[in-house]
Amino acid sequence: MSDPSADDVRRVAAVLARYPQGDAGSLVNALHDVQGELRWLPEDALRMVARHLGLSRAQVYGVASFYHGFHLEPRGEHTCTVCMGTACHVRGAPRLLETLEREADVAAGGTTLDLALTVEEVNCVGACAIGPLVILDDEYHGHMTADHLSRLVGPLLEREEPE
Amino acid sequence: MSALLADPGALARRREALLEARGPGRRVAAVCVGTGCRANGAVAVYEALRAEVEERGADREVEARPRANEIEAHVTGCQGFCEGGPLILLSPEGVVYHDVRVEDVSEIVERTLLGGKVVERLLCVDPATDVHCRGEEEVPFYRHQRRLLLRDNGRLDPASIDDYIALGGYSALVRALEMGPEAVLEEVKRSGLRGRGGAGFPTGRKWEACRHAEGDLKYVVCNADEGDPGAFMDDALLEGDPHLVLEGMIIGALAIGAHEGHVYVRQEYPVAVDRITRAIEQAREVGLLGEAILGSELSFDVEVSRGGGAFVCGEASAMMASLEGRRGVPRRRLIHLSERGLWGRPTNLNNVETWANVPQIVSKGADWYASIGTEGSTGTKIFSLVGKVENTGLVEVPMGTTLREIVFEIGGGIPGGKAFKAVQTGGPSGGCLPAEKLDTPVDFDTLTAEGSMMGSGGMIVMDEDTCMVDVARYFLRFLASESCGNCTSCREGLARLHGLLGDIVEGRGTRATIALIEELADTVQATSLCALGTSAVNPVLSTLHHFRGEYLAHVDERRCPAGVCKALVTYTIDLELCNGCHLCALRCPQEAISGERKQTHVIDQELCIKCGICRDVCRYDAVLVR
Repeated sequence: MSDPSADDVRRVAAVLARYPQGDAGSLVNALHDVQGELRWLPEDALRMVARHLGLSRAQVYGVASFYHGFHLEPRGEHTCTVCMGTACHVRGAPRLLETLEREADVAAGGTTLDLALTVEEVNCVGACAIGPLVILDDEYHGHMTADHLSRLVGPLLEREEPE
Repeated sequence: MSALLADPGALARRREALLEARGPGRRVAAVCVGTGCRANGAVAVYEALRAEVEERGADREVEARPRANEIEAHVTGCQGFCEGGPLILLSPEGVVYHDVRVEDVSEIVERTLLGGKVVERLLCVDPATDVHCRGEEEVPFYRHQRRLLLRDNGRLDPASIDDYIALGGYSALVRALEMGPEAVLEEVKRSGLRGRGGAGFPTGRKWEACRHAEGDLKYVVCNADEGDPGAFMDDALLEGDPHLVLEGMIIGALAIGAHEGHVYVRQEYPVAVDRITRAIEQAREVGLLGEAILGSELSFDVEVSRGGGAFVCGEASAMMASLEGRRGVPRRRLIHLSERGLWGRPTNLNNVETWANVPQIVSKGADWYASIGTEGSTGTKIFSLVGKVENTGLVEVPMGTTLREIVFEIGGGIPGGKAFKAVQTGGPSGGCLPAEKLDTPVDFDTLTAEGSMMGSGGMIVMDEDTCMVDVARYFLRFLASESCGNCTSCREGLARLHGLLGDIVEGRGTRATIALIEELADTVQATSLCALGTSAVNPVLSTLHHFRGEYLAHVDERRCPAGVCKALVTYTIDLELCNGCHLCALRCPQEAISGERKQTHVIDQELCIKCGICRDVCRYDAVLVR
């Protein structure tokens, strides 16, 4: 783990200042907010959270690693998430995820080596009616096909597009 | 800044002032920006509409009676008919426009908002009669529904407490304060309302247990951790009508004697988090939350907590752990949560839709409510009708409506002339019902008797192209990854079951595999602690029961009848249908397709990875999967 930048420390401290010291019940919300700042949860940030809320590092790590919503590794510049809800599944979501994993050459949950793209799957985002759905950087793309997806993420991966 | 509502009279005056200011001649275009419509470009439509309305509306101001001709545009939460999005509902005519594009906006403002005329081409067409449908009462998707909870989703701006108040909002709370806690509790009990989160426990009895539990400090919690994949009813209510849910919670707090509330929302629903947070702030500002609500003795406030993306947190004791900032692991509930829940204090937990039912029960009465639905399951239920169905979206029907009515009359049947195969209800704990069960009335007890369950209201339609073995494996993958790991049988058992189903879909299964699956499923069911484990095997058992032939085709013939299981299918090109456009060859990531332009093409089976891109791009349906 590299040393956290002074700026990161300041940002985490500012987030934590919103929570009363020793308020263990705020842990999940505090982790969300810290992650909202840094986009992931570095070890040093977890340590700061633990100290502020009066918890052991094991408790904080235990919670952070339990929930799928928390990221313990750095994130790519872009995130592409394939919804794996039931409605999306029956409309072909598994093929989309395979396509994305193949194009990015990384398994779901991972990030490309150049930190360009993080590939994610999500259980359901409630956009079932327009599935299968892919979310690229907070933008929802419904009625997705494998072909369309490969063209959507192609430019982010700086690969040559077959034409 | 809004003025404090010191007593019920102040609320009534506020409503009158709003209605007066809004005038009867006002025309409103309400643009749905629910998740589905947003993905279809609704935000751009709204922005164009608002700009146009501001410009044209300003022109009107110079006329003599500006207010009588006032026009307005605002956003709404999910209006339900996601398939037709972006949607616009026009008041007061009640006309619905679908598939609206930015290019349509000028005409909508000119002809409809200012001119009072309908733009025919934006109306939905009834496929049975070819008639253009004007209002919700004519559109087939809406016509067969009974929208009590979702009615105002298309009528109010969810960010505006004034919109809610103008439509009669918080008048149920006034009525509840007049009735007093005991009478409210009695009314809810008599209404027959049962929990909409899935278990169907009588809400009134739950409230009563918490009311009578010992302790001064009690909590009410709203379960908005809608974890079932394929379900978005609660998301739509929180996004579209957050004050309705909040009003239900305040009435519940009154009946139970609670002073603190929590809304536990999935982090995957950022818009819902935002809307309910704002609604709470607005309610606090005008004194509908806080000390001495509407001048009464009731004091109550609510906080929002975000989930962390763990399905198991929908289980009540796991949710309490998560609210306390811990890992969401269920515990044995020897003592009910109504006695010892959050922070060890009496806690009443209800689902979003359950809370949303409360205001109408109080304002219209238990008898009215109980007259809707069936004897054992009263009221309406919202379903998310999705998957292989023509009209996807949110559907609200009286309990007891048959699956056939929902899938075929409201849903418009299966697209592309395909055959219906199954409908999956109850989320990952539910089951799949085949065509023979289409006349099953949908209520808590009947669905359970048929081997599925109501669950929270997900309804996923499957057609002939859906492989039921693959669906069962899908749910097991989901549940195995969502198991909290506490019970060995669930943690290891589900992983093994997933592996065994993997053997079948990959062509390694035998009849012995099926027998082993059945045996292991029994064990997991019998020895897991919480409902995640005990019901996890339902999708496997119900598909084995109703679709055993499909399992046997996989193990006996190494064949996937639906053409889904990759290991058992091959991609080929139909020589008759292929016209040599060469598109598939260009797009194939493996360069596995060869052929000259205007000549038929061939797929090299050695190179093919069955990614399906060729089938996606072929405009002549020439790519066959068998």
